[in-house]
Amino acid sequence: MIGQLIIEGLAIGACYGLFGIAVVIIYKTSEVVNFAQGEMAMMSTFVAYHILTFYQYPFWLAYILTMVFAVLLGIVVEFIFLRPAKNPNLLGLIVITLGAEMLLMGLASWKWGAEQKEFTLPFSTLKTYEPVPGLIVNDWAIAVFIAAAILMILLFLFFKYTKLGVAMRATQQNKHAAKIMGVRVERVFSLAWGFSSFIGATAAMFFAGRATLDPAYMMEPFMRAFAAAVLGGLMSIPGIVIGGELLGLIENLFGYVWPEWKPIVAFVVIVLVLCVRPSGLFAKHYVKKV
Amino acid sequence: MDMKRDYYEDIQLFESKVVLFWTIAFLAFLFSLPLYTSSYYLFLFNIIMVHVIMAVGLNILMGYTGQISLGHAGFFAIGAYGTALLMTKLQLPFLLALPLAGFIAAFFGFILGLPALRLEGPYLAIASMGFGLTIMHVIGRWEVFGGRMGIQAPPLDLGFPQLGLSWVVKSDMGKYYLILIITILLVVAARNIMKTRVGRSFVAIRDSDIAAEVIGINLTRYKTLSFMVSSFYTGVAGGLFGFVLGFFDPFTFTLLLSIIFLVMVVVGGLGSIMGSIAGAALITYLQYSLLKNVGEKPVIGDLLTAISKKWFTVIGLENFNSIILGLIMLAIIIFEPLGIFGIWIRLKKYWKTWPF
Repeated sequence: MIGQLIIEGLAIGACYGLFGIAVVIIYKTSEVVNFAQGEMAMMSTFVAYHILTFYQYPFWLAYILTMVFAVLLGIVVEFIFLRPAKNPNLLGLIVITLGAEMLLMGLASWKWGAEQKEFTLPFSTLKTYEPVPGLIVNDWAIAVFIAAAILMILLFLFFKYTKLGVAMRATQQNKHAAKIMGVRVERVFSLAWGFSSFIGATAAMFFAGRATLDPAYMMEPFMRAFAAAVLGGLMSIPGIVIGGELLGLIENLFGYVWPEWKPIVAFVVIVLVLCVRPSGLFAKHYVKKV
Repeated sequence: MDMKRDYYEDIQLFESKVVLFWTIAFLAFLFSLPLYTSSYYLFLFNIIMVHVIMAVGLNILMGYTGQISLGHAGFFAIGAYGTALLMTKLQLPFLLALPLAGFIAAFFGFILGLPALRLEGPYLAIASMGFGLTIMHVIGRWEVFGGRMGIQAPPLDLGFPQLGLSWVVKSDMGKYYLILIITILLVVAARNIMKTRVGRSFVAIRDSDIAAEVIGINLTRYKTLSFMVSSFYTGVAGGLFGFVLGFFDPFTFTLLLSIIFLVMVVVGGLGSIMGSIAGAALITYLQYSLLKNVGEKPVIGDLLTAISKKWFTVIGLENFNSIILGLIMLAIIIFEPLGIFGIWIRLKKYWKTWPF
């Protein structure tokens, strides 16, 4: 039983970790907490749903088309909404992303209606295996682990060896220095948004496959993913995934003891972590610039 | 322009005779409103005034102290449920229950203010968002609060029913006058708080908290105080909102409500009481009147229904208002970051210096 809970917690934790990576890529590059992240991913998942149910395309083709859409959506949102704002302050940036969130949510519920829908992944939670007696693993969890592992390796290679990845890291460290060195910072921002939208959409499809699909379904996963990212310190990609796994475990074990309070655990964790160690468990303490 | 020359000029309630005249004219208009409007518009005005109280409170926190809160729907819920439950379970009279619910909300504001001492910017936004969602979940799961079914607001009794003095307000007009008086009191109070030592400390914290600390402002005290004042206002607004609506459930107080509160303050203009009033009125009007059942509105309704039939779904058209609200938020930050107040300042400057 306890092993079962741990497996479940690790699987959902990997989802939080993946989505947390999407949040952090934008936060690190352009210093914006993107409150529209969940809704961008929701929109992409709805596009996948549309392709799957109306055009009846096979899943992998739908996945590729959706990812193209997700990348374009991220770039468009950055280009239309973030770029024209003249030197916005922190509150301004938060309001812009919240506005984009409302806009996307309104568009999605106008297009597809606000009621809940079934989103079928090829990896169902009902198809289970029992490799060790007493330990049941389902297809969905396996797919999540594989996807998280592949994405982490790809991200590691991307940030280490490609020109764009190095440019992104340079922008993260110092925007002005990167600009002097010939990095087109604005273009890096756009691409970071597209990139993060792609990772977020992948995670959101896993969330939708586990629960149901409706225009508001990514609000709470976004909160939890941000909690995971804060737990991991908003810094390194492995740190965020570890934070996600921790949060998933805490939530699942706690939810086993007090099922009715399960939705609150993540919020309590986020407030506690923010109070006790605002810079996360694995990060060096930051000093505020005056 | 508008340079203050001495202290007494700064603290007076009305800047000039013109402002005094227009304020009195506006108040006379508000007090005589039930003479020439229908009951539906009084309901709309009640909701607008409740939101005005809330927006003024949130502006004290966001516009004057510079903290961000995405959890004010939680305080709103505490106020609504607190007032209703104090009246039904503890049999308290309304005039005692409403401020008491406000103080309960202020206590929760104090609790949220404690982490706010160490957090800023996006972290504070997320923590307060978590607070709001937690309140919603707790209310939805606890039987005392009526669970997911919601609860019915008790009859609005201004007297002391325990002593046999009962004065039940039933009509929208009665509620209108009650809420109007409370709104005027609270708005004037907010304006005066901002002219005191406490209010100026808030503004100093907004401009630079480190500099404020250096000149001797106790950050712990004033930041939590700001949260408390703000949540007191929101709690009182929530208590009145319960009576305006008559019936509410936990899903009235979602994250979207917190976002709409934030929009009211930002659209009205940060750091301006008059702006909050305008912003709350505009957004509430859009949400409850103009954009409600947009498919049945005369000209635009047919067009939108046609568009819905061609590319979207007709049933989803009821979510059209969140598209407009989103666009307003984006446009305000991109084109006019100071909101309605900024537009007003610009107009005033234009007229005062007209030929130039």
